[in-house]
Amino acid sequence: MAWNVKPEELLQYDYKVPQKNWMDVPPEFKPGTWCYPAKAEILEYLNKATKGDFPHIREWVPTDADWKLPEDWRERIKKGFRERLDKYRSFKVFMDVCVRCGACADKCHFYIGGGDPKNMPVLRAELLRSIYRGEFTLAGKILGRLAGARKLEEDVIKEWFLYFYQCTECRRCSLFCPYGIDTAEITMMARELLHLVGCNINWILEPASNSNRTGNHMGIQPHAYYGMMEFMCDDIEEITGVKVNCPVNEKGHEVLFITPSGDIFADPGTYTYMGYLMLFHEIGLDYTWSTYASEGGNFGLFTSDRMMKKLNAKMYAEAKRLGVKYIIGGECGHMWRVLNQYMDTMNGPADFLETPVSPITGTRFDNAAGTSMIHITEFTSDLMKHGKLKLDPSRNDDKIVTFHDSCNPARAMGLLDEPRYVIQNVCNNFVEMPEDTIREKTFCCSGGSGLNTDEFMEMRMRGGIGRGNALRHVQQKNGVNTLATICAIDRATLPPLARYWAPGVEVYGVHELVANALVMTGEKPREVDLRQEPLPGME
Amino acid sequence: MNALYSLFAVFALVVIALVGAGAAGMEQLFGLYIPWLAIAVFLLGFVAKVIGWAKSPVPFRIPTTGGQMKSHDWIRHDKYDNPATAGQTFVRMALEVLLFRSLFRNIAVQRFGSAADGVDVKVRYASAKWLWLFALIFHYSFLVVFIRHWRLFLDPVPSFIVALEAVETFLQIGVPTLYMSGAALVLGATLLLLRRFLVPQVRYISQAADYFPLFLILGVALSGIVMRYWAKTDIMAVKEVTMALFSLNPAVHIEGVGAIFFVHVFLVSCLIAYLPFSKLMHMGGVFLSPTRNLPNDSRARYHRNPWNDPNVKAHSYTAYEDEFREKMIEAGLPVEKTLEEAAKTEAQ
Ligand code: SF4
Ligand code: SF4
Repeated sequence: MAWNVKPEELLQYDYKVPQKNWMDVPPEFKPGTWCYPAKAEILEYLNKATKGDFPHIREWVPTDADWKLPEDWRERIKKGFRERLDKYRSFKVFMDVCVRCGACADKCHFYIGGGDPKNMPVLRAELLRSIYRGEFTLAGKILGRLAGARKLEEDVIKEWFLYFYQCTECRRCSLFCPYGIDTAEITMMARELLHLVGCNINWILEPASNSNRTGNHMGIQPHAYYGMMEFMCDDIEEITGVKVNCPVNEKGHEVLFITPSGDIFADPGTYTYMGYLMLFHEIGLDYTWSTYASEGGNFGLFTSDRMMKKLNAKMYAEAKRLGVKYIIGGECGHMWRVLNQYMDTMNGPADFLETPVSPITGTRFDNAAGTSMIHITEFTSDLMKHGKLKLDPSRNDDKIVTFHDSCNPARAMGLLDEPRYVIQNVCNNFVEMPEDTIREKTFCCSGGSGLNTDEFMEMRMRGGIGRGNALRHVQQKNGVNTLATICAIDRATLPPLARYWAPGVEVYGVHELVANALVMTGEKPREVDLRQEPLPGME
Repeated sequence: MNALYSLFAVFALVVIALVGAGAAGMEQLFGLYIPWLAIAVFLLGFVAKVIGWAKSPVPFRIPTTGGQMKSHDWIRHDKYDNPATAGQTFVRMALEVLLFRSLFRNIAVQRFGSAADGVDVKVRYASAKWLWLFALIFHYSFLVVFIRHWRLFLDPVPSFIVALEAVETFLQIGVPTLYMSGAALVLGATLLLLRRFLVPQVRYISQAADYFPLFLILGVALSGIVMRYWAKTDIMAVKEVTMALFSLNPAVHIEGVGAIFFVHVFLVSCLIAYLPFSKLMHMGGVFLSPTRNLPNDSRARYHRNPWNDPNVKAHSYTAYEDEFREKMIEAGLPVEKTLEEAAKTEAQ
């Protein structure tokens, strides 16, 4: 069923709070606010692959009164809770130190665009904290509700499912919290607990299972993946007259390149993908792609630490098998959170790899000495700084460009200026959106952490209001028509968002813009851009 | 409701002290034993809590980065919002603890236009530093009041406390001269309380556990002020009691101190005993928050996760090739084993 609520209707909300105590407001499953549960066959496959990490498979729908939880669901939750408190100091400290100051409250895009107070990060965390107090603290056991504790009832599980799958783990709230309480971390724990009683969503687990089996979340098999690449090479030849090389699964190269598979499959990501092929060909990089490790995005991050580790392990395994020196990673949001914060710890030390050194400029990337993995915009900005690329930015003159910082590279890494530098080298018209909506304060695309599914469209558009408004602002003020980004999920989620809140703005990957401007050796005079649309002056 | 319960609870504490130390004459209990007990509970509770936290490892480096990471040397590194070294992290923490950096960043959402404007409705942010300001007034005045009280426990009184008092009273208001920190503490606590009452969202998230400490601290401050300016408690007698407190000497005679002193001391005792079991532990927790107290250097350096499970392994390349070998060969992709080799291995 198509979702067709108009913006005027969607905006019928305010920031009023109910009269009742929040503990007495039951969760309500309205269409467009929750995602479909995981299919049984997906769970069965994952269970085999993980030796039972996804128990209690059954047919169920969140709108049912009875969720058919396992008999011993309370014990499972309590045990799982205790284990996680013992495993993560972050979780334990965050359960204890919130002062409910509310500084985080209006930082969450889902609250801003929906007004449901349980989407205030502080209250989202309280959904879990109230159980923590009731089960694990003396004060909570004695004083009960006076100490903010409540009983573990089935409604609590329903509430968790609703609201922890209404958090995109974007960490915007964490930036503003005086103690750095990270609701994303709490959401991750809650989702792990929900797995223990068989409550999870298909849009996360199917990609996770695909990534495990075929190497990419789309489930594309190696021959098909290669076929798509060849198809792109043909397109590139048609546009530029240059036949680019596309090495796949080849041993003995210097670099392994990994990017999210969403970009090989759907527009506008495909153009970014073509951009990589063109850039690497032009500089003569000694590199290879891999079909086995053909997914940058890690859907395990939205599942559990075990799944995240399992999927991530492919990158090093493949680098080792192919015998490369280091890895370059493409434009992807969550992939970079996992890479920057988890990868080396989970699957390292990567002592069989070397500190990345750009073969073109000789720059040593000491900030990636351990992980041996660099971001494509780190690599490309360095090329540009050293004048190694021949660029004609006027080919992008029909575009007035702004940049959307993706949550993860921005708030879990701090990758802010490299992409901007790259864009400014290939585009003559660049403007920033208002300062409270970019860089570390950036807004989520509202489809992160595995929530970019169609049945969740209402929440996505609500959550998109922050980014949509900022975009609309520069569209009206500066005539912006191009939104550049460095995340494949963005490239999937921002087009509908822009159509809804800022119609007329198109979404681009940064390396698509690079490829448009890139003057390649032996190319024919270009008439069209990568989208086969006439270049400025060629209309 | 939550606020009322909390207010009553604090009133009840006041009454207990008045009756206990006044009417029932249990000065020794309220002047010495309860404070001792409270301090013991505080110390044990605090240490237990911090050890409890410290026992859980920090498996991953998960700083929330607030600026540009360390990258090329020609890109300006935002050292104190996105630290790369221990020293930079220290500065980041100091900014947080001493100046409430994150609260200073605060911005508040505002909606302009009516729903009928459709896509042109505006959601904007405006600077919102009230909470930062209130919190700063509250915490710093509390700190000054706290330090000022050391004069009651130290003999001779250190010169920096004398100096502090000189600064505090330089306006020379009233007799005895008004300590500005005392007034600021009442002001700060009142502002924070008003914020909880008046901002609907904040009221909605507030629990008894949020009002109670504020009322309690107000009670402490007001009883202290009453004692100094109206009840005119005998300061020498008070000092005798406090010195006895700290020399663990129960033989002291507590007489002629006045009931209000016991109210004050009892409320303070409740506050310090309550601290380790409440949200007031943010005082210790702020130092242990993994999103703030770690440098963002996990790509540069290897960090070990103590519980990393080596049994979690990737779906192997071998299994992958086994499943797709034929199709890979057909597509012209390199493989580890030809079909014949694979058939041979399988036969074995
Ligand atoms: S900003 Fe932090 S301390 Fe304040 S309510 Fe939110 S999570 Fe709690
Ligand atoms: S992490 Fe993002 S989506 Fe989740 S509560 Fe915080 S601001 Fe909202």
